[in-house]
Amino acid sequence: MASEQPILKLEDVHTYYGNIHALKGVSCAIPSGDIACLIGANGAGKSTTLLTIFGVQRAAEGKILYKGREIHHLRPEQVAALGVSQTPEGRQIFPRMTTLENLEMGAFLRGDKVAVAEDMEWVFSLFPVLQERTRQLGGTLSGGEQQMLAIGRALMSRPELLLLDEPSLGLAPKLVEKIFETILEISKSGVTIFLVEQNAHMALSISNTGYVMETGRIVLTDKASDLLQNEKVKKAYLGE
Amino acid sequence: MPSSNVKKFIVYSLFMGILILPMVGLPSTGFEITRALLVWGVFVGILAFWLLGKSIRGSDAFQSAAGGLAPFRSRLFDNFTKVPTKIYLCLLLFALAAYPQVANNYMVDVGITCLIYVVLGLGLDIVVGLAGLLDLGYIAFYAVGAYTYSLLNLHFGLSFWSCLPIGIVLGAVCGCIIGYPTLRMRGDYLAIVTMGFGEIIRLVLNNWDKLTKGPNGLLGMAKPAIGYPSFAEGGVKWVSYSLKSLHSLYYLILLIAVLTVIGVGRLNNSRIGRAWIAIREDEVAAELSGVPTTWLKLLAYAMGAAFASVAGAFFASKLSYTNPNFFIFMESCIVLCIVVLGGVGSIPGIVLAGIVLIAVPEVSRELQNYRMLVFGLAMAVMMVLRPEGLIPATRHKRELHETEGETYGE
Repeated sequence: MASEQPILKLEDVHTYYGNIHALKGVSCAIPSGDIACLIGANGAGKSTTLLTIFGVQRAAEGKILYKGREIHHLRPEQVAALGVSQTPEGRQIFPRMTTLENLEMGAFLRGDKVAVAEDMEWVFSLFPVLQERTRQLGGTLSGGEQQMLAIGRALMSRPELLLLDEPSLGLAPKLVEKIFETILEISKSGVTIFLVEQNAHMALSISNTGYVMETGRIVLTDKASDLLQNEKVKKAYLGE
Repeated sequence: MPSSNVKKFIVYSLFMGILILPMVGLPSTGFEITRALLVWGVFVGILAFWLLGKSIRGSDAFQSAAGGLAPFRSRLFDNFTKVPTKIYLCLLLFALAAYPQVANNYMVDVGITCLIYVVLGLGLDIVVGLAGLLDLGYIAFYAVGAYTYSLLNLHFGLSFWSCLPIGIVLGAVCGCIIGYPTLRMRGDYLAIVTMGFGEIIRLVLNNWDKLTKGPNGLLGMAKPAIGYPSFAEGGVKWVSYSLKSLHSLYYLILLIAVLTVIGVGRLNNSRIGRAWIAIREDEVAAELSGVPTTWLKLLAYAMGAAFASVAGAFFASKLSYTNPNFFIFMESCIVLCIVVLGGVGSIPGIVLAGIVLIAVPEVSRELQNYRMLVFGLAMAVMMVLRPEGLIPATRHKRELHETEGETYGE
């Protein structure tokens, strides 16, 4: 592990949905400024991991540390206030709010209007198409635009750690490429990114670190470039 | 008349016939065919008139004629919208203030009831319209307000004004009590639980004989009073003037209603209001945006309950009497009807619906038993023709008439 303290660290985290043991001891550490990705099959517990980090699902056991501070007992709004942001799975934007209102909701916890306006400009520069749609209802946007809006909304809180849940879900390959290019751009601005993806090839190709998840456990951790060459990963997730 | 309208006419008439003939024609004494046919005839007549009007409006000749008139119409409309809303509001307020001066006592009484329901409707709109939590037991908070004032006044002689804040706090606490266990529920389940809660409050009031005198109710509360300084001999003295007349009570509830409109209006446009809408739209997404959903949902219940509690305290003091049967489930339904019919989230709509829904059954008392039929029919027709409510909120109108790619101004 690098000498610098990781921005996010999970230590043996367990999460339950009622009786279902969804996370069975997840541990990982994400260095500051990194792009890390978590790949795995449907139902492996990838989304649950993100929701647990954010406090939407409570961790029954284990520790979650953000910049060395324990956050597993915090409520979502407290986690958000620390500088963590998340896009929900399946492009959950507010369908009956306009694009502008959606973005404003992202800055819900912030009072500084000038800085919010600056960030709005930044989001529009990342996703120019959103600027053309400011007054359109979120629900009437196309799938790709909704995903951009979800990412844009998450950026509006000016996060230091951005959790992305399946940004490529249900998008055309061309759009997926565009979204991933933007993710790289966001990362260059200094935001740490933790990405959950089923599109393993795409996710690994932009990440530094990769985690492979199977039935609630992280079974493989390596450099993303090495994972791309790993025979097991190739067979199971890359379809080669 | 196009054939589709003819078909509609026949189908609708037959349907009405099946519905109305047995309902109207079978009173306790026997089958009165003439009366039944008369009522049916009226409906068929209205239907024919409506469809005829519709087909004339749809015809080419009318369209071309209307096309010529369009510039005039738009100019007329422009002139209406040019007048700022404030002037309309002042006119409306003036009309409401002048109302008791021209109306008789009975009409003033109906006016008071209307305004009470306007306050209730607006309070429920916070819970149902903004936060999207379906509450079928809302009238319980109205009961809490009424009984808080009654008991405190009878036992401790507290005045209406000092009871108001206590009632508001108690109402809000009750709102949180029902809110807390239902935080994780949505939709149908939430509706059932709130309905149960409403009934629990009523049954407790009905059966706690020692405190509430059960179904006999509480009697003899003081009317609200206002103090004014009197400059008699020996300096200034505060004299209290009891608001006994219907007129003065009308002005008091008018004041409460206006304050409610202002309060709910400000909430509507506030940061909290926006967060409530976000919760209604998508709870997880709201949570991920940093909205404290738990606390805001409780706040919605508490705020809604506080308004109902104020209305309840006023109601009890106006009648000087209260009993548990004022707070049956049907009342919750009527308040919900006001919100839905007026237009969810729309303040002017709810004010209008409150007045219409309470006044119409009163005014149509001459129709005797048919008045409920008229009432139900009016509601059904409304829901078919204008599902977004009498005066739809801009946001809600979008929801029901959403089309791909349409843009809206802010």
